[in-house]
Amino acid sequence: MSIKDKVIAIIADQAVLEPSDVTLQSTLEDLGIDSLGLVESIFAIEEEFDISVPFNANDPKASDFDISTVASIVAGIERLKAEQS
Amino acid sequence: MKRVVITGAGTINALGHDVATTMAAMRAGTCGIGALDLRDVDRLSIQIGGQVRGFEAEGRYNRQQMSLYDRFTQFTLASAKEAIDQSGLVFSGELAAKSGVVLGTAGGGVSTWDDNYRSVYEDGKNRVHPFVVPKLMNNAAASHVSMEYNLKGPSFTVSTACASSNHAMAQAFTMVRSGLAPAMVTGGSESMLCFGGVKAWEGLRVMSRDACRPFSANRNGMVQGEGAGVFVFEEYEHARARGADILCEVAGFAMSSDASDIVMPSKNGAARAMSGALQDARINREDVGYINAHGTGTAANDKTECAAVADVFGPHADKLMISSTKSMHGHLIGGTGAVELLACIMALRDGVIAPTIGYEEPDPECALDVVPNEAREASVKVAISNAFAFGGMNAVLALRAA
Repeated sequence: MSIKDKVIAIIADQAVLEPSDVTLQSTLEDLGIDSLGLVESIFAIEEEFDISVPFNANDPKASDFDISTVASIVAGIERLKAEQS
Repeated sequence: MKRVVITGAGTINALGHDVATTMAAMRAGTCGIGALDLRDVDRLSIQIGGQVRGFEAEGRYNRQQMSLYDRFTQFTLASAKEAIDQSGLVFSGELAAKSGVVLGTAGGGVSTWDDNYRSVYEDGKNRVHPFVVPKLMNNAAASHVSMEYNLKGPSFTVSTACASSNHAMAQAFTMVRSGLAPAMVTGGSESMLCFGGVKAWEGLRVMSRDACRPFSANRNGMVQGEGAGVFVFEEYEHARARGADILCEVAGFAMSSDASDIVMPSKNGAARAMSGALQDARINREDVGYINAHGTGTAANDKTECAAVADVFGPHADKLMISSTKSMHGHLIGGTGAVELLACIMALRDGVIAPTIGYEEPDPECALDVVPNEAREASVKVAISNAFAFGGMNAVLALRAA
């Protein structure tokens, strides 16, 4: 599975949707994921990709990791994986 | 209905090992938060906390006691001794039979769980010390206080996360007010600053890596603390008859439940607890001079709390002072309301308002007088102390100058 497909699977699981209902353009808000769901999604992403995502729930917009859409999350993971290797 | 007064206070926390040192530190705006000193700290992403320093259990307790006292119990016993010594009460006969101890804690013996999980999971041992259960149980601290001071009346432990102490003190208050008990030992304790305790909090992503800055626009989360606060609540006539020194009066309280979200606070729930406490104490909102805020330094709490204060107090919200001492001692979770009650006592008795330190930038969503960075002298007749817990459970106490 590609990074994109894995992220979509994680997000779909959190939103209780089919992966086909989640697109790269979807925002977490569109998918009905609240702040708790967001923190759980970040945790699942860290576990799946063995990375550490810089994210503070007090100010989600302040961290370097852009969570505005599925696409931006995928891009953020790719960057973190690249930095790791 | 009886009147209820406080005749003894004791504490141990990151600011000091007793009430006098703690109040002096609050007055000076001292920060007790610093680098955590604990096993495997390098594996934590949050490495700061309001840790109690220089408190050695060795020498203070004997070997048998050490095998039964988790750190949260040690903190409680040290604080209870200070409070009961100050009150001058000796519990015997009828007084002992009716007086009890109600304490709050969220986690109980967290480091006992932590140490023994390590032992069986990490070290692969198949045997633990025989007293692990009586050491870690949430009511261990209350039980040891009851045994140490011969308190034979209603005694139990309350656990409502960050409101545990306030809920506990509310229970003790109702018992004295109703005439059920002539005196109650009450407050709370917490000791979660061990690897597992901090790691669990890290998971929520609400912790600050550098400082607790309540109400400041650049706040970035809460910081854990540890310690205890213990008080003697006594029926007014009983205290007066024996010429006890009265620190202040506990005038009323209220509890409310948000019934909405497991972690996000609710303005309405907080407001109902504050207005309920004023109603219970028969206090006009214009008479409140100081609010000890829950003020965790998270984005969510601080703006919700300020909005609730504005709702409850109307135009008077701009005249009263509100501060969060968590900026100095950290968030003691289940023990926090007890240590913060000291700031209320200092306001009522000494006319000194503890500051909110670390305040750097005004936040339009927290546009109240948060007593930034420096303590202030002011005459205050009524103070309230807020605690709003995860799980939406709120408890607010109202206190009046003696």
